[in-house]
Formats: sequence, structure tokens, C-alpha cells
Amino acid sequence: MVTLVDGSEESLRTYLKTLPGVDKVGADQRAAMLATRSIKTTSKSWAIDMAIQMVDLTTLEGADTEGKVRAICAKAVHPDPTDFSVPSVGAVCVYNDLVKVTRQNLDANGGSHIPVAAVTTAFPSGRASFPVKIQDTKDALDDGATEIDMVIDRGAFLSGKLGLVFDEIKSIKELCADRAHLKVILETGELVTYDNVRKASYLAMLAGADFIKTSTGKVTPAATAPVVLVMLEAVRDYYVQTGLRIGVKAAGGIRTTKDAIKQLVLVNEIAGPDWLNPQYFRIGASALLNDLLLQRMKLASGHYSGSNYVTLD
Amino acid sequence: MSRIDVKKTYKLFIGGQFPRSESGRTYEIKGANGKFIANPSLASRKDLRDSVTAAKSALPGWSAATAFNRGQILYRVAEIMQGRQEQFKSEILALEGGTAKAASTQVEEAIDLWVWYAGWCDKISTIAGATNPIAGPYYNFTTPEELGVVGIIAEQKASLLGLVAAIAPVIATGNTAVVIASEKRPLPAITLSEALATSDLPAGVLNILTGKVSELAPWMASHMEVDGMDVSGCDSKLETELRVLGAENLKRIHRFGKVPSPQRMLAFMESKTVWHPIGV
Repeated sequence: MVTLVDGSEESLRTYLKTLPGVDKVGADQRAAMLATRSIKTTSKSWAIDMAIQMVDLTTLEGADTEGKVRAICAKAVHPDPTDFSVPSVGAVCVYNDLVKVTRQNLDANGGSHIPVAAVTTAFPSGRASFPVKIQDTKDALDDGATEIDMVIDRGAFLSGKLGLVFDEIKSIKELCADRAHLKVILETGELVTYDNVRKASYLAMLAGADFIKTSTGKVTPAATAPVVLVMLEAVRDYYVQTGLRIGVKAAGGIRTTKDAIKQLVLVNEIAGPDWLNPQYFRIGASALLNDLLLQRMKLASGHYSGSNYVTLD
Repeated sequence: MSRIDVKKTYKLFIGGQFPRSESGRTYEIKGANGKFIANPSLASRKDLRDSVTAAKSALPGWSAATAFNRGQILYRVAEIMQGRQEQFKSEILALEGGTAKAASTQVEEAIDLWVWYAGWCDKISTIAGATNPIAGPYYNFTTPEELGVVGIIAEQKASLLGLVAAIAPVIATGNTAVVIASEKRPLPAITLSEALATSDLPAGVLNILTGKVSELAPWMASHMEVDGMDVSGCDSKLETELRVLGAENLKRIHRFGKVPSPQRMLAFMESKTVWHPIGV
């Protein structure tokens, strides 16, 4: 493995400065062009099943209850209870305090293979003291979370305190160690430019992220195609430089099968087919799963299905 | 120098918007005298799918509107149609032939029919609902409620009157609808969609497609989101096929005669019965 920075803020700043700027017009154009790819019949059916396995089934509401968690756990294991050929989802993503009950419910429904992801470090704003963020993460890990979705301090990043952001990610990574995968949420909707998205992606990867994630889902715009494209380029280039394969999670605003398939096309074309795997690409969503199921039913039966045939979440 | 006419592009009406067909197709329609008239959009099954999605998402709002409010909005549609009388008349004349007198009569009857159904909105539950006699300390009420999304294959001959006779009773009761206009005579339907877009009817309550009935109707009948169908504009062979396809989700499929009647409203309604304790 090649070390790109020695951990000091100075070396980090110097390294991030060497990154070329993003051609905004080019990125928008390329993303728009790839969105016109037509994925039909057998490719479509493969893509739908792959997308289902990549879904991080998410419920992040103030009104979440144990009952709601029970329902989504059952859905995570068998998304369509009338058709057991539908694969399980990639993970279930909840707030910290619901990790334990999520783990129990998944295990009880035969979903012990499905990881529980917890959002930590004062999600979604990231505005809390450092000890609170550490404790937040510890709680999730102790309750059995095997994936940690942390947010970066966007305020610090935007005001140039790169060392602070780097150290936070590094400390959380040390806490996760071998117990959990670390996903770092960049909240690209607040980063303003694509250059910042590229910088933040590298910053997170250098600090030890296993995944870089677009957004919390609480801010719009979220996972737009050009942003995902910039992040996929970053993980691809990072892999070439270091040999480490980092994953990408697109979250927020992906509601239809069409949107999801567009994301898969981006993954295949930008990062490459090696990333077309739930281990390296995830889609954070809640409503998307129903649309994937409806489209799957349509392919199987030959006629359009309706919202009465999937669960109300 | 003579002025060059501004030709109209005839488009679909989906979710309050006027898109072309996603397929990019159009087809040619000819007038009663065999001369070319227009190239309206030839809707595809995906346009139908988008229309059903639009109708389904408009359903909660429209069905929850008070019957009185729905009546006001339908009356407003009639007001807007009145202002477009001449346009309807010339389209009917060009497509159906016949006399100018017959064309105006059809337009007037169509507008009057809107007003008639507008009046029914807040009366239908009174005549079709009931307080049921029961042996117990309860009130027991039955009220008719909307069915859901209704697919309409409009009558093919009377291009405006047949359309209005099919649409008005369906949406008056709180249903939303997807309409396949008369295949050979779609222009009054397109003009009606322009009247609807400028009335207060919420987007998606009515969606109007132009195209081939034989291509679109089977997708409508097999669509699980469509709860009922009016097949008055189909031949009996196609109707049989549609009934078989529609059986999958127990679709209510009806064929109606020419006489306007509250029965046409009740055909796409469901009765809800509730119990309520006396004195609470």
C-alpha cells in the first residue's frame, strides 16, 4: 500500500491541492449521456435484482418506533413475501437507539446475514462535541451495528479545517476497527462545488473510510448523477493509486427503478464492473424498494402491477 | 402577401401536462370528406402507464374534496367549454360531417350534460346512501364512495358528447380517470383537455390519450392499479378480451347505453357501511 499523506494537516492540504479540478460541464454532460442508456429485458431483470441487493433499507424519522423497525426488518429479509426468489436487501439503516431491536428482529426473521447500519456522530447535522460523537458511535457498535454511517463536519470542511475533519474520521475508524464498516457521509448538497466533492472524497478515503456516501437524505439536492459520477471517479483513481477498493453509497432522491438503474450504469461505466457488487456499491433508500418490486412483478407477470400489492411503509 | 397559418401540435394530456407520446409516434386522421386533418400523438403503453400513475396520485386529493367543491369545479369546466363552443363545433363538423346544426346541438348537449352531472355531485350519496334498520343501540349508515382509478374507452362516434357522457359521471363521484379518446375523431377530446387544464380541475384527475384502442385497451385492462373500466367504445370481441384480462384484479367492467343516468355514477362507486353507537 502506498501512503499518500503522513497524517499532518500540512501534508493533507498539499496532497488535496494536487487534485485536478472537476470539469463541471463535462461531468454533467457525461452523467446525462449515461442516463439515456436503455436497459431492457434480461439486463433489466438482472439490474433489478442487483439493485434490491444493494438497497440499504432506511428509516430515519423522528417518529420511528419499534413496530416500524419490525416491519422493515421483515421486509428486508423477504422484500416480497409472495415470492421468495426476491433477494434480501443489502442492509437495514436506522438511528442508533434502534440498532438493538433491529438486530434482534433481523435474526428472528432469518436475516442474520443482513448487516445493521447505524447513523452516528450527531447525524444528520454533525453539530456536536467530539466526545459526544465518539459515544454515539460506541453505543451503536455495542448494540451490534456492523456498519457505521458517520457524517463529516461540513462547517469545518468548508472553512478549511481539513485536519479536524480528517482526525474525526480517523478516530471513528479506529473505534470501528474490525467490528464495523465505516461509511463517511459527505453531504454533497452542502459542499457547493464538484471540486469540493472530489476533495472531500479523497479526504475521507485517506482517513480510512470503507465507503463514501453522498448524503444524509435530509438535504436536497442529494445523490444527483454527476455527484455520484465524481465520487465513482475518486474511488476508481484511489484504487489505481493504492490498491484499496473503497465503496460508494448513493443516498437520497433515488425513488424509482429507472433512477436506480441509472446509478448502476454509472457504476459500470465509471468505476467498472468490479464495483457492481453490494460490497462496493449501495443505494440508501426507503420508497425505492417498492418500485423495484413493482417492476419485478411487471417483468414476471407481463402486466403492470399496482401499489396495493406492496407494503405501505 | 398572405399570412402563413400557425398549425397546432395535437398532444396528450397526462398529469396536467401536455406531453407528446414518449414513443415519438403520431398517426394521421382524416375528416369526413377523406381529407387530411391532423397528426395527433399515437400513445404507447408507457404513456398509459404514466397516466395511471398520475391518476393514482391525484386520487387521494380529489376523492377527499367535498362533493360540493367537486360540483363547483365541474360547473367551471362547463363554463370554459362554453367559451370554446365554436372550436368544438368546427372540429365535430370536420371529423363527423353532417350539418352545422347537428354539430352545435352536440356541443350544447355536451355542455348541458356537464352541468347536469355537476349538480349530481352532492346529491348522489343522498339518494344511494341509507340509514339501515338494525336491532341494537347503533346507527348503521351506508354511503357510496369512489371506486378509484377508472379507465374509459370513450364512445367512438359522437366524439364530444360520447366522451362527456363517459367522463363526467366517473369524476363527479371522486374517481380519477384515464381516457382513450375516439380513435378516428380525437380532436374534441384534445380541445376538452385544454378546457380542463384551464379550469380548476386538479392535475391528474383526468388524463386523455389519443391512439389505437386495440393497442392500449389490453394494457389498461391488465393494469392492477386500474379499478374499473368503461368499455362503451369497444367492439364486443375486444370487450371479451378485456373482461378476461380485467378478471385478475376483479376490475368492474361496464358497457353503457346512450341515456344519461345516476346509474352511470353508481357503477363506479363502492358502498361503505359504518356502525356508530347511539348517544355518543
